[in-house]
Amino acid sequence: MPATSKATRDQSHARVFDLDVMSLRELNQALHNLTPGSNETAWEVLNPKGNHSVAVGVDQPVTIDVRGSVGYYCGGMNSGSTITVHGSAGPGVGENMMSGSIIIKGDASQYAGATGRGGLLVIEGNASSRCGISMKGIDIVVRGNIGHMSAFMAQSGNLVVLGDAGDALGDSIYEARLFVRGKVGSLGADCIAKEMRPEHLELLQGLLDRAGITGVKPTEFKRYGSARTLYNFNIDNADAY
Amino acid sequence: MTYKNPPTTPRKSATFDDYTLSEIRRAAATGIYDIRGGGAKRKLPHFDDLLFLGASISRYPLEGYRERCDTSVVLGSRHAKKPIELKIPITIAGMSFGSLSGPAKEALGRGATLAGTSTTTGDGGMTEEERGHSKTLVYQYLPSRYGMNPRDLRRADAIEVVVGQGAKPGGGGMLLGQKISDRVAEMRTLPKGIDQRSASRHPDWTGPDDLEIKILELREITDWEKPIYVKVGGARPYYDTALAVKAGADVVVVDGMQGGTAATQEVFIENVGQPTLACIRPAVQALQDLGMHRKVQLIVSGGIRNGADVAKALALGVDAVSIGTAALVALGDNDPRWEAEYNELGTTAGAYDDWHEGRDPAGITTQDPELMKRVDPVAAGRRLANYLKVMTLEAQTIARACGKNSLHNLEPEDLVALTIEAAAMAGVPLAGTNWIPGKNGF
Repeated sequence: MPATSKATRDQSHARVFDLDVMSLRELNQALHNLTPGSNETAWEVLNPKGNHSVAVGVDQPVTIDVRGSVGYYCGGMNSGSTITVHGSAGPGVGENMMSGSIIIKGDASQYAGATGRGGLLVIEGNASSRCGISMKGIDIVVRGNIGHMSAFMAQSGNLVVLGDAGDALGDSIYEARLFVRGKVGSLGADCIAKEMRPEHLELLQGLLDRAGITGVKPTEFKRYGSARTLYNFNIDNADAY
Repeated sequence: MTYKNPPTTPRKSATFDDYTLSEIRRAAATGIYDIRGGGAKRKLPHFDDLLFLGASISRYPLEGYRERCDTSVVLGSRHAKKPIELKIPITIAGMSFGSLSGPAKEALGRGATLAGTSTTTGDGGMTEEERGHSKTLVYQYLPSRYGMNPRDLRRADAIEVVVGQGAKPGGGGMLLGQKISDRVAEMRTLPKGIDQRSASRHPDWTGPDDLEIKILELREITDWEKPIYVKVGGARPYYDTALAVKAGADVVVVDGMQGGTAATQEVFIENVGQPTLACIRPAVQALQDLGMHRKVQLIVSGGIRNGADVAKALALGVDAVSIGTAALVALGDNDPRWEAEYNELGTTAGAYDDWHEGRDPAGITTQDPELMKRVDPVAAGRRLANYLKVMTLEAQTIARACGKNSLHNLEPEDLVALTIEAAAMAGVPLAGTNWIPGKNGF
């Protein structure tokens, strides 16, 4: 019997995977078996119940609705799919995402969007510490607050926070752009407040639009980025590390 | 005739020796610590301190060159759907594109493939040169995640989660700006010309319980096909091996402090971590205690130079070894033919270890387009294959002399140690005695 034969379809013809009945392995294998042009473009996952690695490594432009909360690494290395978690997400949601989008209706734990290279990660609630750590091109929009050490060693991409940011924001940051509407606990090494120029306002408005956020103006945000003083090692900067 | 008092011979301090004095003067002049590659250079207990007993009345040998002595090894049979089978138990260690030139990476792939073994990416992602020329390629999953992507994960033959390196357990790295060409910069998603730091710990997991979940994710992304290695620096080999097994590793890689291809501070290289010899028995013991010896394979690296080292490591319970520095030397690193240029850099052939600076006269550890032309990938790959084959023949010669029809049948009973230190570390008797320091209360 094929591994995916226990999947059912709901009235909208989405393929439904109930993780109470089927295994994580069956779910991910079915998603990996998708080929370009497949008609199976809508997927629904029931009873995730904190499972780790839900819908990881998907590389087709399908939509996946996860009805509940997930554990670690949901949507890891996503390439092109749109994953919506109707609950909260554990550590490392959307880690190393290449493209596509992930929307978390609840909160996200540590390392959200870690090392992400592309696509959009939207967190409707709060994100914990190290949000956007080592990000490499991903766009992350958080409606709530983010924890300490967020955007640590962030290389590229944009992190938008409608609430507050914890301590050591953007420590050792490279070329990523940070936009925070609320308070910042403290800035990390080599991270400074920067002028919000017209191109940044335009960029920020685009990010808010993509995240479906209305009623918030780009002018309400401050921009942070790298002072670029630590880009090449200098012994006289040693006390900054 | 007047009597002249005999002078005392000027005596230099063993503590403040010439090297130490020069380092103090250098630090005072520059205000910066010394960074280098090359691994620990101090004298350490090593495989040279072990000897094989060979055959005797109670052990009969196999006929050299006539009776078969198997060298193959299967890695990743614990969980992976597609374990890898190597013809020889000597693999090529991870070295990054960026640190190495494209032709050097290609040569490693060619040489490893000719010899029937694997090569490994490094902290810079997977290049077409090495994928295209490596029949079996291990893809490193590192804290920096430079160049990491699911496509390359899936076209790798195995995945190595790197927790640490023997040259710098607990340390990160830095690729200096002068080695950041356009191509290196693009692969690492960073601007050209700036120093690129490699983080010392992974960005999205901490501790063994998280590692188990991370390994699950990598398996799910790759449909449980790929063997997953966990590489640790030689710090706490018993517990690190046990925890890697608990986390689900198919293969554990333990890299001792002679591991040489990572650049970091001299003070770090020489003072952090344990010698390779000291790491093996605790790692094997951990596998045996868990009932996983030969089920989870153990690879050891750091200072492997010849077939005797290979045979000794295998006799102590290792499944395969990995070479880095020796492979670079086979490609042409530190060759006396470039002596004049080494002299211009203030060093000499055999001592050159500033691989991180990108001025390598041999064209191996550089991104300089003119220097890297000095590496002919075909010829250098052939040299590496020759070297790997010689090491294998040497190890077989020893194994046959010990009466073994497989390198993996070598055992600690075949060994004695020349020093008390080596005897204690390797868990084999001091030569001429039945004394194993630390065993039976002595």
